[in-house]
Amino acid sequence: MPMNSTESFAPKIVAFCCNWCSYAGADLAGSSRLAYPADVKIIKVPCSCRVNPMFILRAFEKGADGVIICGCHPGDCHYSTGNYYARRRMTLLFSMLEYIGIEKDRVRVEWVSAAEAVKFSETMNSFVLQIKNLGENVRLGDLRCKS
Amino acid sequence: MQELKNRIKQLMEENVAQRALGWKKGEFGYDAQAAFFESTDELDDFVYNGFCGANLSKYMIEACKKEGRTIICLKPCDTYSFNQLLKEHRIQREKAYIIGVGCKGTLDISKIKANGIEGIVDIEGADMFSSENLLKIKTVYGDHELAYSDALLERCNCCKGKEHMIFDEIIGESADTVSADRFEQIEKIEQLTSIEKFEFFRNELSKCIRCNACRNACPACNCRKCVFDSDKFDSAQKANSDSFEEKMFHIIRAFHVAGRCTDCGECSRVCPQNIPLHLFNRKFIKDINMLYGDFSAGSNCEENCPLTSYSFDDAEPGKI
Repeated sequence: MPMNSTESFAPKIVAFCCNWCSYAGADLAGSSRLAYPADVKIIKVPCSCRVNPMFILRAFEKGADGVIICGCHPGDCHYSTGNYYARRRMTLLFSMLEYIGIEKDRVRVEWVSAAEAVKFSETMNSFVLQIKNLGENVRLGDLRCKS
Repeated sequence: MQELKNRIKQLMEENVAQRALGWKKGEFGYDAQAAFFESTDELDDFVYNGFCGANLSKYMIEACKKEGRTIICLKPCDTYSFNQLLKEHRIQREKAYIIGVGCKGTLDISKIKANGIEGIVDIEGADMFSSENLLKIKTVYGDHELAYSDALLERCNCCKGKEHMIFDEIIGESADTVSADRFEQIEKIEQLTSIEKFEFFRNELSKCIRCNACRNACPACNCRKCVFDSDKFDSAQKANSDSFEEKMFHIIRAFHVAGRCTDCGECSRVCPQNIPLHLFNRKFIKDINMLYGDFSAGSNCEENCPLTSYSFDDAEPGKI
């Protein structure tokens, strides 16, 4: 059932967070009682470079409306260089998604450290708002997975 | 062609190599296919003409598992793929004796048929080593003529050049066939609106029958076990595929060869549905060139691949 009102539309958002920075940042946001929308479903990954392009496409296929990848700031990667590789890969992937006609605002990469609880909560709030404005992901969803 | 055939025969007789990897004539004269020639007798079927589009580099992986050396015939653009495979340690240099063959562009039979020419019996003038620019096509309905340059594959219109990047010897002359900018079509698509782009690709990709020809022909697609062969992956078959699955297959396939794709154009050439698959690969090449500096996969064996290296001041995702 398509929902046009941004008020009633609850987007499904998948956030891939790296274990060492962003996931800890989310933890801190929680213990600091900083609010972020419950629409964001966090998946913990060892490093932002663990995010295979297929994860992102798969999430969209299974009904996600937006996907965000959070990792350590460049230079701060727990594995030294993982996020540099992730940055190149995601740059190319996002450009490709735009090229085949998928709104590029549905995907985002944000660098969030373990101490940046405020940034985490702000990022998630703004991303959810952005997806709400875009509306439901009808172009990409796999119809079998929609209720 | 005779010169090339004789040279291969001579090399095999002199025991320089035990077998040859070349093209074998098919049923119609326009469907030459890749083949191993294990003895000099088998060389009778050897052909080299405009319809020998197949890039033989990937067959070298198979040849490396065999005893002895293999003579491999490579067109200038095929040598890029060969280099790339060498760089990835998929083949061994000492197992190959490379004959760089001259090329004046490979032909596209569907372009010939698109001129309304049907019932083709024989095609004359497809020889690579003659300088004549005329194809004489014999059909059951009469004879036709077509300029050689009008029947070229799309990839040959944006040829990478006539230099062989790696070879042991060169036979024949190569010609420049460039008549278009290879990124022109990419730029055109980039100008479209989001919906138009989506419709364009949906239209093209919904033709996909998941035959895996693009994957099997691609010299860069050489993993022993492919992600798409997993039974956990729905798009392993067309039957249970939905509209997005086929997009996913082609995006991921292009992504897996990004930075390693030499733009040899085999994917588009072998596609039975004529899907312009090179549009994906070229988009990645264009982006890589723009963001990480000009890079041509396979032009040498030393340079780092753009996706296995990085710099501190790379562009941020989504900001370009």
